[in-house]
Amino acid sequence: MDADRTAWEQRSVVRVIAPVEPRKLAKVPFVELADGRLQGVVSSGSDIERVYVSSITAGSLAMSCSTNNNRPCGALHGYACKHVRLLADEAILQYGLDRVARYLRVEADPGTGLNLNGPVERTPAAVVFSRFLRHLAYLEVPDSTEPLAELHWFPAMGAVR
Amino acid sequence: MLDLQLGELTAAGPEGVDDALGLVDGFDGALAHGFARIGEEPAAALAALAGAMAGGPLGERAAEAVDKVIAGSIGDEHLAVLAGARAALTGAVHDALLTRLDTALHRERAPWEPAPATGAVPSGSAPATGAELPGNLLAGCRAWLRELAIAGWRGVDHDVVAPSDQAIEALLAVPALRGLAVLLDGLAAELRASCPVSTMDRLPARRWGDLWTRGVLLSRSGPWHGGAEPVSGRLLILGADVHEHATVVRVQVHGILEPAGGGPARLVRTGVAAAKVDTIVGPAVWRLVSGHPVLLGALAGHRALDLTDMPLLPGGDLLWHEDRAAAGEEADPFTTARVLLGAAQAAPVPPLDRHSVRIAEPVLVEGYKIDGGTLELGGSRIALDLDRLPTGTPLTPELVAASSVCLGLVRWDGRWLLQPLAVQATVKKKPVTAHTGDWALGPTDPKVVKAEAKAGDAVAVLRERAGRLLRK
Repeated sequence: MDADRTAWEQRSVVRVIAPVEPRKLAKVPFVELADGRLQGVVSSGSDIERVYVSSITAGSLAMSCSTNNNRPCGALHGYACKHVRLLADEAILQYGLDRVARYLRVEADPGTGLNLNGPVERTPAAVVFSRFLRHLAYLEVPDSTEPLAELHWFPAMGAVR
Repeated sequence: MLDLQLGELTAAGPEGVDDALGLVDGFDGALAHGFARIGEEPAAALAALAGAMAGGPLGERAAEAVDKVIAGSIGDEHLAVLAGARAALTGAVHDALLTRLDTALHRERAPWEPAPATGAVPSGSAPATGAELPGNLLAGCRAWLRELAIAGWRGVDHDVVAPSDQAIEALLAVPALRGLAVLLDGLAAELRASCPVSTMDRLPARRWGDLWTRGVLLSRSGPWHGGAEPVSGRLLILGADVHEHATVVRVQVHGILEPAGGGPARLVRTGVAAAKVDTIVGPAVWRLVSGHPVLLGALAGHRALDLTDMPLLPGGDLLWHEDRAAAGEEADPFTTARVLLGAAQAAPVPPLDRHSVRIAEPVLVEGYKIDGGTLELGGSRIALDLDRLPTGTPLTPELVAASSVCLGLVRWDGRWLLQPLAVQATVKKKPVTAHTGDWALGPTDPKVVKAEAKAGDAVAVLRERAGRLLRK
């Protein structure tokens, strides 16, 4: 066991981040576990120009949902609105229930998923929305044909086999 | 690769590798604790690192840097010298391993010619000097790497990782610093996913030590490729190696260049990298590099490429330009390997790139037996690096297990490894061939095409969102 651990620690190429599972992005284009929250962006079902910024805070499970212009989501009071629920569902698809539950520091039942019973606590949408814009901005970075020898540390590891 | 060659490659040694890597481990342990308060054991490890440099060009400066760092004065200059000392050790290990490999394969390698200090940079090449690079940007990277060293991996939390965002965003806008950008982005993502690092039950100490070291060296004055020379001739593809982390994918093509006008055939690489996000995975990544149809078409169609004045860097990397290449006749990579690989001349490795992780030498192996994750040839064994089989290709571990001929890359990570790039196999009594680049123009397996269509086009969805939201 210890020998395995030492060998792992002395390798240049090991998997540190579990691979992300593919999912449809149309409804929830952005999900991340960051800043102590499960947070993301949910496209509005009615207005193509509008998106909701939703989050669930680790520990307290406090929920927040508002438009990118900081208008509170009217459906979030007392229990999770459909945006927060979609966010949680897509996060489970992307990261797996275990990883999401561990990050949020809750017990999760594989049968019922996350129990979204936290208080409503408005957090500013701007931080998450700007992280989403930064995420999208990657798609605008031009291709590179430089040798990039540093990428030998980052093989496409594919799925866990 | 013949059985005797494999035996020679995987024999014990080379001598000194374990000792050198022991010093590296000592340094990595010190980096895990952080330089803010250096205890007895890390101090001894740093002193041993400096001791190993004694008598070499870094000797005095390494000793001075270790004294300063132990005394609590942690300047960029001192960290750069420590990174240089660690790189000197991993470089020596690389050299010993590559010499072993070249000797076993009878592979001839051109010597490294130090670049002249002055001189015109040929057109089409990347700037070779740091003169045009934004100094404040590199200083920002050095500052973050210094904070990491002070905190130590064990002390990294969200507050330590967060400042990297701004530096990386700025780096991505500078094409010549793309290597540093993808390196720091990959490291930051791993740290972020591991926060707080103090709770990790095992620490990827060698890996993060490697990445930190290369980051420190690159943020001195940018990359060190040297100047390119234009080459013309026929490029015969051996295979494609795919590199990827959350925000980048790169297809690196290994091939053999037959220079126009004669001269020995040369082993070269070329490739294209595209930025991406973590939700773009599997075969969809090929779509991100679709702006290079000549290269991808040759990969998918097993064709040669006719090059005209393509810039070639001293380290054997062709800087790909679509307009300087044309699709040629059909060329089977297995035939290329059989006919040309034995006598092809390998390129030298730029000094600061010398690290065992960069060893990726094409070989052809046949007549072997596969036992789980190990390939056995005439009594010698080599582990298969099946983790490196990307999902966006028809090459699966099952096909490798059923194969009789394998075109792959020899790598080293604590032991020798063979990474398959293509195999010839027998499945249900029928011959099957699969290459990692077969889906470069899109999957050809109807089942995969259907699954892709069902999942929807992630790239298109995100581009639509970007178009609507980014320019507000």
